[in-house]
Amino acid sequence: MPSSTSPVTGRRPELVCPVGNRAMLEAAIEQGADAVYLGFKNATNARNFNGLNFDEDGIARAIDTAHARGCRVFLALNTYPQAEGWTHWTSAVDRAASLGVDALILADLGLLAHARERHPELRLHLSVQGSATNYEALTFYHERYGIERAVLPRVLSLEQVAQVVRHSPVAIEVFGFGGLCVMVEGRCALSAYATGQSPNCHGACSPAKFVRWDETPQGLEARLNGFLIDRYAPDEPAGYPTLCKGRFAVGGHTYYAIEEPTSLNTLELLPRLIEIGVAAIKIEGRQRSAAYVAQVTRVWREAIDAALAAPQDFSPKPQWLAALDRVSEGASHTLGAYSRPWK
Amino acid sequence: MKESRLAFPPALARIVSRLPQTPPAAVLAFALDRLLFPRLPLADLETLLEQPLRIEVSDLGLRLALTLTRQGFRPLPLYVAPRLTLRATARDYLALLRREEDADTLFFQRRLVLSGDTELGLLVKNTLDAIELEVPFLPHLH
Ligand code: SF4
Repeated sequence: MPSSTSPVTGRRPELVCPVGNRAMLEAAIEQGADAVYLGFKNATNARNFNGLNFDEDGIARAIDTAHARGCRVFLALNTYPQAEGWTHWTSAVDRAASLGVDALILADLGLLAHARERHPELRLHLSVQGSATNYEALTFYHERYGIERAVLPRVLSLEQVAQVVRHSPVAIEVFGFGGLCVMVEGRCALSAYATGQSPNCHGACSPAKFVRWDETPQGLEARLNGFLIDRYAPDEPAGYPTLCKGRFAVGGHTYYAIEEPTSLNTLELLPRLIEIGVAAIKIEGRQRSAAYVAQVTRVWREAIDAALAAPQDFSPKPQWLAALDRVSEGASHTLGAYSRPWK
Repeated sequence: MKESRLAFPPALARIVSRLPQTPPAAVLAFALDRLLFPRLPLADLETLLEQPLRIEVSDLGLRLALTLTRQGFRPLPLYVAPRLTLRATARDYLALLRREEDADTLFFQRRLVLSGDTELGLLVKNTLDAIELEVPFLPHLH
């Protein structure tokens, strides 16, 4: 395991990889993840998909395996409980604490309070779903709930990220690769409008029971609870059936009116992210597979090590970009909000 | 990875597609019973039980109808309308089972087609991904 740190900040950003099942865990560790994040098999996390995630036993085994190989385990408990489900969420916090996870990733203020009060020794991270985009908010979370790290929403430009890191009392984790979300995350109401269930309360952007894929003479149609999201020509790449990535007729044009179905890829910003002092780089995709995690982790491990060893010579290798594009939604990538001229 | 997209020889596909349907489905059910069934977390699969499924192997022209019961996989006649249909080439199915390919990637690239009940589809995909499958029995097609 490489142990070099940045000559500028003296830091080595942690590579945090997504894990939705046992095979993904093995793949992430094998390819050099510093930490993995996972969730319970229920609505307490933002990837609440049938057959995905871990039961208590599985988490205990995952922690054993990871720790034996020097990898940390974070548990995402990042949806917002509704009044009727409160104890379901608090008991998940309690179980996570007794399982011995290295950190709990929370969004809800009530759960943060519960965790701080009942498990003062437990390390807390603020989830991306908490939507904190300024250091004043982070200071509040830190002072009030003792959070030690925050994951920034994928809506800030690089300069804004730098500004937050400079003043933040807690370590900052940013997304490096994977699906994009245009909303100030945790505040999306798009699918709630279509289905009555929102990502931040039920843990899925497009709950599968509302999704239909139909082959029609016009092409492959994706519908969410009856709403037509997109129609793909036979050879056109498809995307996830999320409303934000659909094509809609607006002012006489049919196009991706909200966001294009591409993946965020910040590989080329890596030296700058390290220089800014981000503590960790997160890979999206607990809903994917062992093949995905293996490919993405391998590339990012190599890239981070290369950027630490010689930041001034760093440039993303074409084969890294090709490997990442291969597993991207829409088979292309974007810098998302990190690079945008306006602020 | 152009390799993995190579189609089966058309002559072979023509022959396979003309075989009567029941034997291939029965063979598949038999194979799944031996290799997959003992590892399936049945408690998590309530919603899948007794649902008519269809697995299409596009390059072989194979359409297989079957269902999962508490006792194992059973072939079904093709006229039973499927709740869930999966379609891919033989190579892509094998690559998925060998964990060499990511299902979402194949789906984005239109190499894996899923139609019908999306919730069941996701359950099938995630269950197959999650089981600790030893796959020495799967032929390498490289
Ligand atoms: S539907 Fe789109 S905008 Fe809304 S939370 Fe999901 S990814 Fe974000």
